[in-house]
Amino acid sequence: MDVPEDLRYSDDHEWLRLDGEQGVVGITAYAADQLGDVVFVELPAAGTALAPRQTFGVVESVKAVSDLYAPVAGEVEEVNEALVERPELVNSDPYGEGWMLKLRLTDPSAAANLRDASSYRELTEAG
Amino acid sequence: MTGTLQQPGRELNAELEEAAHRNELEVPAEGATAATDGKQPAPGPAGDRGERRAVGPSLQPTLNELSRPGRGGTVVPHAGAEALNSIPEGHRRRVPAALPELNEPEVIRHFVNLSHLNYAVDTGFYPLGSCTMKFNPKINEWAARLPGFAELHPLVPDELAQGTLALLHELEGMLAEISGMQAVTLQPAAGAHGELTGILMVRAYHRSRTDTARTQVIVPDSSHGTNPATASMAGYTTVTVRSNERGGVDLQALRAALGPQTAAVMLTNPSTLGLFEEGIVELLEAVHQAGALAYMDGANLNAVMGRFKPGAAGFDVMHFNVHKTFSTPHGGGGPGAGPVGVGAILKPFLPGPRVLRDEEGSYRLEGDGERPTSIGRVRAYQGNVGVLVRAHAYISAHGGSGLRQVSEDAVLAANYLKSRLSSAYSIPFDRPCKHEFVATAAPLKRETGVRTLDIAKRLIDYGFHPPTIYFPLIVEEALLVEPTETESIETLDAFAEALNSIADEARQHPDDLKAAPTTTPVRRLDEATAARQPDLHWHAMAGTETPCPS
Amino acid sequence: MAYAPHTSADRARMLGALGIESVDALFDDIPSSARAGGLDLPEPLSELKLATRLRALAGRNRVDLASFLGAGVYRHYIPAAVDQIISRGEFYTAYTPYQPEISQGTLQTIYEYQSLLAALTGLDVVSASHYDGAAATAEAALMTIRSTRRQRVLASRAIHRHYLETTATYFEGGDLSLEEIPTLPDGTTDLGALETLLADAERPVAGVLLGQPNAFGLLEPMVEAAELAHRAGALFVAVVEPVSLAVLAPPGEYGADICAGEGQPLGIAPQYGGPYLGILASTTALVRQIPGRLVGGTTDVDGRRAFVMTMRAREQDIRRERAASNICTNQALCALAATVYLATLGPHGLRDVAALGAVRARELEAALAGAGAQRLHDAPYLSEFCVSVPDAERVHAALLDRGVLAGLPLARWYPDDPVLRDALLVCATEVTTSDEIERFATALRELRS
Repeated sequence: MDVPEDLRYSDDHEWLRLDGEQGVVGITAYAADQLGDVVFVELPAAGTALAPRQTFGVVESVKAVSDLYAPVAGEVEEVNEALVERPELVNSDPYGEGWMLKLRLTDPSAAANLRDASSYRELTEAG
Repeated sequence: MTGTLQQPGRELNAELEEAAHRNELEVPAEGATAATDGKQPAPGPAGDRGERRAVGPSLQPTLNELSRPGRGGTVVPHAGAEALNSIPEGHRRRVPAALPELNEPEVIRHFVNLSHLNYAVDTGFYPLGSCTMKFNPKINEWAARLPGFAELHPLVPDELAQGTLALLHELEGMLAEISGMQAVTLQPAAGAHGELTGILMVRAYHRSRTDTARTQVIVPDSSHGTNPATASMAGYTTVTVRSNERGGVDLQALRAALGPQTAAVMLTNPSTLGLFEEGIVELLEAVHQAGALAYMDGANLNAVMGRFKPGAAGFDVMHFNVHKTFSTPHGGGGPGAGPVGVGAILKPFLPGPRVLRDEEGSYRLEGDGERPTSIGRVRAYQGNVGVLVRAHAYISAHGGSGLRQVSEDAVLAANYLKSRLSSAYSIPFDRPCKHEFVATAAPLKRETGVRTLDIAKRLIDYGFHPPTIYFPLIVEEALLVEPTETESIETLDAFAEALNSIADEARQHPDDLKAAPTTTPVRRLDEATAARQPDLHWHAMAGTETPCPS
Repeated sequence: MAYAPHTSADRARMLGALGIESVDALFDDIPSSARAGGLDLPEPLSELKLATRLRALAGRNRVDLASFLGAGVYRHYIPAAVDQIISRGEFYTAYTPYQPEISQGTLQTIYEYQSLLAALTGLDVVSASHYDGAAATAEAALMTIRSTRRQRVLASRAIHRHYLETTATYFEGGDLSLEEIPTLPDGTTDLGALETLLADAERPVAGVLLGQPNAFGLLEPMVEAAELAHRAGALFVAVVEPVSLAVLAPPGEYGADICAGEGQPLGIAPQYGGPYLGILASTTALVRQIPGRLVGGTTDVDGRRAFVMTMRAREQDIRRERAASNICTNQALCALAATVYLATLGPHGLRDVAALGAVRARELEAALAGAGAQRLHDAPYLSEFCVSVPDAERVHAALLDRGVLAGLPLARWYPDDPVLRDALLVCATEVTTSDEIERFATALRELRS
């Protein structure tokens, strides 16, 4: 399963791409695979303030539903509107076009508390 | 192959073939020519997004594809245009509703052909765990259609309804005896509706004692999805407790979760794993010590009639699924009925109106507001009475000894079938089961890559309806098998042989299983597209523009 | 015993395979203190005796009166085709179509039901069915709350009493408020009062519910009510009777966001209360909020058109405590009956049913007026209306003795209303005969003289 080296990962299978004080959030290829064909993604409004591990939305596949958790604290600056029409992007390109949120991080250093790629790989292989 | 499945072997006539052929055309995006010849399937909400999707030939055209302007029958006399003169123009429909125009022979053939595409208890073995797909006796169907029952309006004065009221009153008594409960309401339309009714009574009970700090309902991790969904509808949050290694509720975990915040514990017993809750006495004691009430989901009552009475054992409230235990037909998804039995403390809160019997032996419905402690109405009228007539007939045919025999046979069949499958599949909780059992294909999946879903689909090729799969959620790759008491030993053997030979196939030809089923009218479906681009109704059709004959 | 196929040899073989002597061994896991010792129920009956018993019970009901009783449940002619189809074991002994490959019959008929109801209501999303009109109305009210995240619903007083009471019961679970909108002397909903209720900025309204026709049989100003609701950011819910939709404007046209109703008139017998058919439909915008099953079109791996339950993840078996509703078992066979009914009648047949009801009702109105019972309200009606009859409950009882079921005495539902207390709610349908109308009028005339 694809686990890009340049990202940080949460135990809830979200990834975070850090760019200064801004972070992009999505779910991992492993999570997308576990869910199966994603058919619906519910995302918050821009401006929503999120605490670490707070639910920010829901992702539905044909036969499963899962909460989405913020990997770090921050304010939602933008959500991926393309997922409304094309939820399948979460499956086909989870780290690219299937991104979910752009966050203004409360504390960019908090990203250091997340797993790196090799640690996340261990998590998924153990499970 | 021992298939009993009906194959669509009939020849389509020329016209239907033409319709089928046209369906291979791409549906135009919205804004393009609307489907005016009545033959193209609907773009629906999907088309509204301007997307194009190919649609293959259909098995049976839809009603609107069969519709032709001017066709129809004369079921009722015609009313002239002047009939509606007294209805102001602003309230009237401007064009006739876009319903299809067909004549009776076509209508009948359409639905009979569609019926052939269904698998049903009347066509074959249906071991769908948790659903108790037993035989539906035909005398029950006859009884429910007797004009005296069928044509009775729900708001008639009690004196006109003495037969039905007597039947309902008797049925309440029978269910009270079977469950050991003090009183029964027949109103709820389904199990989930019964759950809501029961939990609303629990809420009313705590409120009546001004015990309003109780905000939680506890369910085990093996519970039906309706239990937590019901708790939410009734305004409670759900706390889930884990199961122990024997498949029962973990008593310590339950004790830790219980407290002054607990309104009720909802238990299915026998559980959704098909196991009797061995610690039931201690469990109920713990629930009551915490001041909470015990709700029993009666979905699995078919296993224990005459052997275990939930009310006598200490449950405060339970629902029955008469479409499971008492043989009323499942109807393709419903209707069922979900009566609720209660112990003495919840009796004041039963929904209204209750059926009452006076000293002279005549019956009446409780009047509005007669019992102010009631939670009120949960539906418009007295219950799914047509279904309850069937349940009454079933219980009457069996009597007490017969119902006990039903449970014994159901449990014996399940244990027998389990023993026949235990070498090819893994049985996670290896102790006597009740009327159903869980097997898992997890080891087989690790070995062959074949999933439970593939096994289920392959069973269809062998002529069987698959068991419930992927439930309960706590067992990986679960198959929940419920044979019921109305299947012969030959059927049980044939089913076991099919499942066992599928396990062999999984090792030898795993790809065949992944392609299954191959003998069905349609094969595996694209469920992702169905959900991403919902097509929930057909669109314009022939006949929409036909003016009413004047 | 009854329907079990096992011979004693079969049972012995199964016990032998399990290595046990008696089936009792399989019940050892029931703690002894919780064991029951059998059931105290009447002796089993043979099919013959059972049939005799049930026929006798059915015979104690009286269904032979000239009936003018509607109030939400209507006598209609049910084409013979309906019972022929719903009596097919392939339909009625199947369950929820979890395995679409062997359930296309059920799935396509549900899709067709959704399509037919979409055509009647003018709304795009139709749930595969709810328990009855009352439960559908309650679910519609809850939908407005979820969709707007507001907690206050306004419902016209002229909605069926039992629907309002059921909705109130469903509201018990949350901190939700259900308020009645009063009616005017002409029997329709007071839109001025609605406007005032909507104006309370402190307590924004989630949904506004009106009946069409309303509980008194009258036609409501739906266009205006929908406008008022929408202006206040609330959703508008129409509670309808489906046969009327053949001749009345469809809810989608006058701006209803949700439509709820009782489908019993579409080919389902009265049966003293059920099973019926809860109709629930909405605009596409609310598709994620509508509870209950939905069937959609798709294709199989070979490209063949097929149908499947869709958007399943909204439902309780997947979403558990976060599901929109706990509904699981629905009324699919009743939806099939409605589908066959509508297919058999077609657009013109259904219009004739509605129009004949209107014609018969005017005949009834004239006959009752001739017997001294005038209509209570001025607003236009379709086929059900109220008549003023002093001492209505006593008159209703006396008419029973003359073989006439004179509708519903409204004192039962509005005991404190001085006007309605002396009124009867009566209806006519295509099965009402001139003879029956004459019997009613004559009996009434005799009683009053």
